[in-house]
Amino acid sequence: MLSPHEKEEIQKEIALYPYAQAACIDALKVVQEHRGWISDEAIRDVAEELSMSVTEVDSIATFYTRLYRKPVGRNVILICDSVSCMVMGYETVYKRISDILSIRFGETTPDGRFTLLPISCLGDCDHAPSLMINNDLYHDIAPEQVQTLLDRYK
Amino acid sequence: MEKPLTKYILPDKDPLDFAAYSKEGGYAGVDKALKQMAPDEVTNLVKDSTLQGRGGAGFPTGMKWSLTLKNPGGSGLKYLITNADEMEPGAFKDRYLLEGNPHQLISGMIIAAYAIQAQKAYIFLRWAYKKAEVILKKAIDEAYKAGYLGNNILGTGYSLDMYLHSSAGRYICGEETALINSLEGKRGLPRSKPPFPGTSGLFGQPTVVNNVETLSWISHIVENGADWFKKLSLTGEGGTKIYGVSGRVKKPGLWELPMGTPLREVLMDYAGGMQDGYELRGIIPGGGSTDFMTPDHLDVPLDFKGTVSAGSRLGTGTMIILDDKTCPVAFIKNLISFFSAESCGWCTPCREGLPWTDKILQAFEEGRGKMEYLDTLSFHTRYMGPGNTFCAHAPGAMEPLQSGLKYFRDDFIRHIHEKSCPWR
Repeated sequence: MLSPHEKEEIQKEIALYPYAQAACIDALKVVQEHRGWISDEAIRDVAEELSMSVTEVDSIATFYTRLYRKPVGRNVILICDSVSCMVMGYETVYKRISDILSIRFGETTPDGRFTLLPISCLGDCDHAPSLMINNDLYHDIAPEQVQTLLDRYK
Repeated sequence: MEKPLTKYILPDKDPLDFAAYSKEGGYAGVDKALKQMAPDEVTNLVKDSTLQGRGGAGFPTGMKWSLTLKNPGGSGLKYLITNADEMEPGAFKDRYLLEGNPHQLISGMIIAAYAIQAQKAYIFLRWAYKKAEVILKKAIDEAYKAGYLGNNILGTGYSLDMYLHSSAGRYICGEETALINSLEGKRGLPRSKPPFPGTSGLFGQPTVVNNVETLSWISHIVENGADWFKKLSLTGEGGTKIYGVSGRVKKPGLWELPMGTPLREVLMDYAGGMQDGYELRGIIPGGGSTDFMTPDHLDVPLDFKGTVSAGSRLGTGTMIILDDKTCPVAFIKNLISFFSAESCGWCTPCREGLPWTDKILQAFEEGRGKMEYLDTLSFHTRYMGPGNTFCAHAPGAMEPLQSGLKYFRDDFIRHIHEKSCPWR
């Protein structure tokens, strides 16, 4: 069931559009903000709130890469794997992170601390290689900086 | 050299707030347009300026505005949307404008909305642009407080509301009709055209979608005139352009230079040339969906016509450099993998063809390539080319591949003969 806070925030989004269904993506983002990811139950809740079918909401939730349909860790690492970052060596940064955390793209550490995902492109090409941890952008990353960077996120 | 777009963008400094930007005359264009000009006059001025869209396609901006239905049915509303969903690999200019001078964009949006008589304007922002999101929210609030947004702007009777929408992350949402679907809360699938958005766009109403850099020009053009804009360029295509360079150059970055600046000048004088120990092999001039240019093209003027004459497109004007220590096949595969992952899956050639192409390139990289695969790749570039797919996603993906097969064919063949990637 949607919490009063979630309902209130979703209603604010609905007010920006001519009809409730147009706020579907925003509603899913609200749920994700509160719960970390979008479960089947959350899909049903949003569908009910917006008078949409469950299938319709699910088809939208699964289309967008930044809507998570599976649980993610407390901190999400997004490594830019676009061509500029490839030329500038993102693969060595990825390998370092992958070695330290013992996870690959798409996986979460057993303690739920980190999820590692690829992203393209962060629009930070002149400072490649770049990555984001949660909402923080880091650029000109060298593999030797990785451990210090990860230590900031508990 | 005039740099209207970046004049007030100061590295590592917060952008000018409303008061500071107004003090510099930043909203003078809005005052002039709304108080002294009829909407059609504004559109005609932008037409006269020859401003072409800076998002990649280069469609004439004033023409796009004039194709907007004058008297819409239904709710009677019209919409203006800023496409700030910059997600093309290698493109990073709009982030600079959004974070560096949000009021330049907002003032341009107010004038553009007035010209087409839109009552509502949206900024469709790339999900990852978190800093820009905070900056834009503050700037929109400031513009409301100053009376430049909301009811009866400057006492002219014209009213406009502006909203910021952060996307949920799909490259296809940069395509204007997919963007409109996404803004309606749907899957970001492209729409069949016609009807064009100017007739039936957001919520079925007439809509104009323009790029950030395009709209950032508008208040300057209103203030200074069409001739001023045209004279800023080195060629017949008006204005300046924000060029960018990424890859193994000494000083990667962004520079506002006259439209038509030669490639050599951008690459050598501004980006500082190649890093020591690296040779230039190829240039993708305007984001990941443009054809390779080569060192033979260094004297080509970087404008819409110049890049076409070199067999490519200006695109976003943010170029990616291929050096001699990077495998061209891996470079192209990286782009194809991106386009394959980002295909919306709506039409078969794109949904099936891009993963197929990706697998063939993977085979080359793993030393499993065969000579006949070169023909298969060429076949794909034709059958996923313009006219054979629902939108421009797959044709765009084919541009680096088709030119890569032309310029780096020997490198593909080396992969076959050596049964591995020579760069690994």
